[in-house]
Amino acid sequence: MTFEELFLLPTYSMAQPEKEKILTRRLNTLTEFHRMNCPEYSKILECFDVPAEPMQDYRMLPFLPVRLFKELSLKSVPDDAVVKTVTSSGTSGQSVSRIFLDRVTSANQQRAMVRIVSDFIGTGRMPMIVIDCPGVVKDRNMFSARGAGILGFSIFGAKRMFALDDKMRLNVDELRDFLSCFHGQRILLFGFTFMVWQHFYRELLRLREQGIVFDLSDGVLIHGGGWKKLAADAVTSDVFKNSLREVCGLEQIHDYYGMAEQTGCIYMECEFGHLHASIFSDVIARRPLDFSECAIGEPGILQVMSSIPESYPGHNLLTEDEGVVLGVDDCPCGRKGKYFKVLGRLKDAEIRGCSDTYAERFKD
Amino acid sequence: MSNLEKYNEAFITTFEIGADQLEGLQYQDIPEWDSVGHMTLIAAMEDTFDIIMDTEDIIDFSSYEKGKEILSKDNYGVSF
Repeated sequence: MTFEELFLLPTYSMAQPEKEKILTRRLNTLTEFHRMNCPEYSKILECFDVPAEPMQDYRMLPFLPVRLFKELSLKSVPDDAVVKTVTSSGTSGQSVSRIFLDRVTSANQQRAMVRIVSDFIGTGRMPMIVIDCPGVVKDRNMFSARGAGILGFSIFGAKRMFALDDKMRLNVDELRDFLSCFHGQRILLFGFTFMVWQHFYRELLRLREQGIVFDLSDGVLIHGGGWKKLAADAVTSDVFKNSLREVCGLEQIHDYYGMAEQTGCIYMECEFGHLHASIFSDVIARRPLDFSECAIGEPGILQVMSSIPESYPGHNLLTEDEGVVLGVDDCPCGRKGKYFKVLGRLKDAEIRGCSDTYAERFKD
Repeated sequence: MSNLEKYNEAFITTFEIGADQLEGLQYQDIPEWDSVGHMTLIAAMEDTFDIIMDTEDIIDFSSYEKGKEILSKDNYGVSF
């Protein structure tokens, strides 16, 4: 099976053993491609004596620490092939990752993302409310991960509105008009977790006290970008969902896990609260002491693999997140492959994520 | 205005380019046709022809010529 054929397959129907074979082949190819085309990557593999022969199992392939993209400009294509540079989210003063995309990688990111998200919300496009300000998508040459996330999801929006102004205040009148215009239709809401909580949920709560109520029972919310601040405030996933349901009737809510270094290959949360690896990517939890693979149910450092990156060597990365693989091929939602949970950032890791870096400004 | 004129007009207004630049124009050829410009162009096409395009077709809409081919399909039924 070629990489291109992955786009024709259902996104979550392949059992893990078969998926691992396909991923192993693709990741071997990518490792060799980047070794030939990215001098820094080649030197790193040389330093660790990584053999040139393909590996039998994707677990044996070399992975880079995700932080390396902050320290080095890693790319495997000529400068003139780069059509877009995405930067990761960072708090002020923090260095950011720079991810270089060519046409092929950029298009495949979007295609994979559409395949993944469609499995949860369907292929039809719907009116879309972005719970963020329009300012984040203004600078077109230097995309923040936040802008890239909004833009990536915008393909599902047939008509789009930004719910917040550039001072992050809710556009109450515009929101009311938008909802009455599309009354009775399914509506997509997208935002980063902390922004949804701080600038949307809390504002809806305040408005309700004044007798202004919005009905979003036909809505589906997709949110991501990290829980750090909310976890510190004891807002768990359950509290988040229940609170939104209670204030505006929103029933369908999906968290997702993903990062700028592997844009497109996001891990969507199913109706049972589990994050799922699609046919395009996979996760492994590793023990911090020797990097051996954790057993199912055992927390470890998350490694993420993606079959998409060709313009930069980001196909196999060790994150700074702690997580736990909950099971393989047997989630009650019926999706095959691994499903897992993210437990949080490793201790002393830098703050990152579109939600968490922004939330830093609200520190008490 | 014919459909072709309307189609051209969507490109010309979205990207602020001349009619002479349309032939052979591809996604990412000009700074204006980047991922942001792409969604603006799609919105313009949808308004112009009163259609809602599928996500796959939005991704495949990779050139001036390819766009015509996509809009000519049965589900949109725009004839040029």
